[in-house]
Amino acid sequence: MVKGLWALVLVFFGVVAWSQRPAEIRVGIVTFLSGPASVFGIPARNAADLLIDQWNRQGGIAGVRIRPIVIDEAGGAERQVAEFRRLALDERVDLVIGYISSADCLAVAPVAEELRMPTILFDCGTPQVFEERRYTYVFRTAAHAALDNVAAALYILKTNPNVRTIAGINQDYAWGRDAWELFKGAMQALKPDVRVVGEFWPRLYAGEYSTEISRLLSLRPDIIHSSFWGGDLISFVRQGLGRGLFGRSRVVLVAGEHMLQELGRTLPNGVIVGARGDHWFLHPTSRDDPEHRAFVEEYRRRFNRYPVYPSYHMAQALLAMRAGYERALRATGGRWPTKEEFVQALVGLEIKTFTGKIRIREDHQAIEDALFGQTVQTPQYPFAILERMILFPASMVNPPVGVRSVDWVRTLRPELLRQVPDPR
Amino acid sequence: MSGLLFLALLDGLVYGSLLFLVAVGLTMVYGVLRILNIAHGSFYALGAYVGVVLGLFVTQTLGNPWLSYPALLLAAVLVGGVLGPLVERFVLRWAYARPEVLQLLITFSLFLILEDVQKLVFGVQPYFLDAPFQLLGSAELGGVPYARYQLVLVLVALGVLLGLRFLLRGTPLGKILVAVVADREMAQALGVNAGRVYLLAFSLGVGLAALGGALASPTVTIAPGLGAEVIVLSFAVVAVGGLGQIEGAAIGALLIGLGRSLAVYLVPELDVVVPYLVMVLVLLVRPVGLLGTVEVRRI
Amino acid sequence: MRQGSLLLLLIATVLALLPLFFPWLGFVFTLALAKGLAALGIALLLRGGLVSFGHGLYFGAGAYAVAFTLRSVPLDTVWLLLLAVLTGLALGLLAGLFLSRYRGIFFAMLNLAFSMVFYALLAKFYHVTGGTDGIRVPTPTLLGLTLDRTLFGEALFYLALLLTLLLGWGLTRFLRTPVGEALAALRTNEVRLEYLGIPVRRVILLVYVISAGLASLGGGLAGVAVGHVVPELAFWVTSGEFVYIAILGGIGGVPGPFLGALAYELIRTFAFKYLAFTWQLLLGATMLLVIFFLPGGLWTLLGERRLRGRRATAP
Repeated sequence: MVKGLWALVLVFFGVVAWSQRPAEIRVGIVTFLSGPASVFGIPARNAADLLIDQWNRQGGIAGVRIRPIVIDEAGGAERQVAEFRRLALDERVDLVIGYISSADCLAVAPVAEELRMPTILFDCGTPQVFEERRYTYVFRTAAHAALDNVAAALYILKTNPNVRTIAGINQDYAWGRDAWELFKGAMQALKPDVRVVGEFWPRLYAGEYSTEISRLLSLRPDIIHSSFWGGDLISFVRQGLGRGLFGRSRVVLVAGEHMLQELGRTLPNGVIVGARGDHWFLHPTSRDDPEHRAFVEEYRRRFNRYPVYPSYHMAQALLAMRAGYERALRATGGRWPTKEEFVQALVGLEIKTFTGKIRIREDHQAIEDALFGQTVQTPQYPFAILERMILFPASMVNPPVGVRSVDWVRTLRPELLRQVPDPR
Repeated sequence: MSGLLFLALLDGLVYGSLLFLVAVGLTMVYGVLRILNIAHGSFYALGAYVGVVLGLFVTQTLGNPWLSYPALLLAAVLVGGVLGPLVERFVLRWAYARPEVLQLLITFSLFLILEDVQKLVFGVQPYFLDAPFQLLGSAELGGVPYARYQLVLVLVALGVLLGLRFLLRGTPLGKILVAVVADREMAQALGVNAGRVYLLAFSLGVGLAALGGALASPTVTIAPGLGAEVIVLSFAVVAVGGLGQIEGAAIGALLIGLGRSLAVYLVPELDVVVPYLVMVLVLLVRPVGLLGTVEVRRI
Repeated sequence: MRQGSLLLLLIATVLALLPLFFPWLGFVFTLALAKGLAALGIALLLRGGLVSFGHGLYFGAGAYAVAFTLRSVPLDTVWLLLLAVLTGLALGLLAGLFLSRYRGIFFAMLNLAFSMVFYALLAKFYHVTGGTDGIRVPTPTLLGLTLDRTLFGEALFYLALLLTLLLGWGLTRFLRTPVGEALAALRTNEVRLEYLGIPVRRVILLVYVISAGLASLGGGLAGVAVGHVVPELAFWVTSGEFVYIAILGGIGGVPGPFLGALAYELIRTFAFKYLAFTWQLLLGATMLLVIFFLPGGLWTLLGERRLRGRRATAP
């Protein structure tokens, strides 16, 4: 009798708890659908579509379906702040995932905090966000520019220990400036006798680099560093290729992975390419992981391409969201979490991603492994894939909590190179 | 050192040629129609897209990469011949009698519309065409390899400049154009169909923009937002040379091209500001541009 | 006229009340007012037949003036906005002394050139201006009160509305002074005006300086409201936006640009929500329709017709 009563009470509370669940999780997804940066935005949105559809078919998160509200990131920081407010106050989303442009991340983060809106920055690369202030509601589930450029420096010195001269060609805006400063700092710290022979700053979206290429050809540096992306990257590679630049110097493209499929057979062998993390559909340790394979194959079936790093960054943000809700639900014993409980659950979370894992630190910045490799053309794929890959453990390529990236790279010591794993 | 100087000049010339190919259409349209066409950059981008699509078609389907050169020219003719008359007849024709600011806004609106049309038709993936660039290979110049295609572009730019000069100065059509520009009413009274002249001039301008885009597509990658980038530079070129002046556009393009290449050689930090600096410096001294003429004030 | 003011008062009241029910609108309206101020500056110049494709310069200068000041001195919002205006007036005077010689397309081009140099400098001096990432603007005090960000946003909106009404009233009066009337005559025929003994260049300089001050005030307001400033505020597309707004609203009366700014922000918000892929197309098409079918701008729909009879300014 007593047992039966208990069961009844339990069922009752269960029903109450169940009925408190929202009808849907509303997620604002903000990414570039127009403009030059849509080369990142569209693959990211594709990944979001794919995963959300898939999860909803399987019943959503703990039985609650996910409802994406997709917004174009175009229009500048002021437009994005307005759209963020609308998402929060009018669309009444439960969280926002978004932002590729660093300026948008920096502008939106304080507003997210003010509106107490859980926000996951999924792609932007500026180290600034969490190095300048602390947030309660804002997270970033991908590593920033420090990872890309420190890993690039380590990869170069591991595979070409005799490097003497370096030059950089980077777009003249914050991302290019950050990338070069971090790379140069890391190189000089890891091998103090490295000499910088040239720094070039073409306009963002310039598309025409014959002058810079002439300079690079006559300077003949051992290494050319570039953080180019999108159409600019392709233009630079093609113009450089036509003039033998890749034969004279070794070129490092720290964000090159997302354009490999576009470049197709154009790219020569031996170009050093990074993936802004460990994102690569032929990842050395997780290429045969069933979940990763399923993601890659479904992505390819639906969009006729392989996923690129922005797709993986979006997947990481969504996986973090799901893991956060699940952890919060465990903490509340099945009651649907409040926004505060949700953001608390995200802190310290370790999430298995398709290619590895990320850990969200107490400063809300996630750290991940870094993957660099060299291009090689093979008969299996109509574009260059990576060989001689090195997977750098997260602790080696991300600055510790509370240390500014520019200060951190200067503290790197040549001894660190001994800990770098061998390429495979 | 002289090798470096030669290289710097050559780089400036190559860049200047690309700029000239875009800007010349803009200045010509202004010269005839007195409209500064903000949508000019969009026609450049459209020409590039069509050029790449046609070029890929002839290399892949017909299997002859050499046909990609005529394909690029065909793209310019197509965009100029189809879009030019359409836009002139259905939009610009309504703009001629309106104040300058409205004309600017009408072309600005066109620019906004065409940006999205491009995206709807061609998507957001970067497009490029390699054949024309690779077929010509490279030559050793000033101690470094130089792509022959880029040298050919210099010749093409020169050809366009001379061709336009001949068209305007040496043919009956050119005389009619000049007559309409000088005095529209008088020309009409003499039996010139001014409407048709405008249509022709505008289509030619669109075709030149498309030619610039199509010829740039073997080196520059075509992606969304290209039009907005190109138009500001073209404005700088045209303003430096003088609005409506074809030779002016050549001088402006050369100045900005050389300025930029010298900056890259001497002070790479200034790369970005050079076009605007040249523009402001020239305009401060000669507000109508180097070859521009002062218009007579009406009483 | 009485009827017109009544209508305006009604609009202002609706504007003031709406954000109480839809909190997100408050920010959109604040931005609309900020851009409306800049567009008003453009509209003033347009009355004199001058187009500027470079008022992003003043808008950006106002915003950066606020951001730089707050970095070192925690000034009150009121002082910050005043500072923004002064920055604009000073810059406007400097540029205006030179620009007031030029007309037509050259005037537009020179403005464009100045603003692009300013834009390039903002993006260039990375270590001072934060480059393209911009600078954060911390929430200042408002009339001595330290407010929570949300409350500050609301208060700022009402302050902006009040400022707009005051400035609008002042400028309406200014347009009825002889100098203001000379401005409209300028568009029709400048040389005749000179024969009448009116110092045309000084009139233009005055109006240019006022328009720069208005744009800077708008920029300062936007900087404080958004909480972050970026070089794009000075980019040519921003300047183009102001011209777009001025024409959309109509330059016939002072409220026109504000009407245009409201419509512009609402169209953009609507388009972002429902037409994520084609919002530019919608903006472009709207403009073409307005130019071809509503030449006086949206303002004609509300009340300009009554005024037109009295102040004939046929081109």
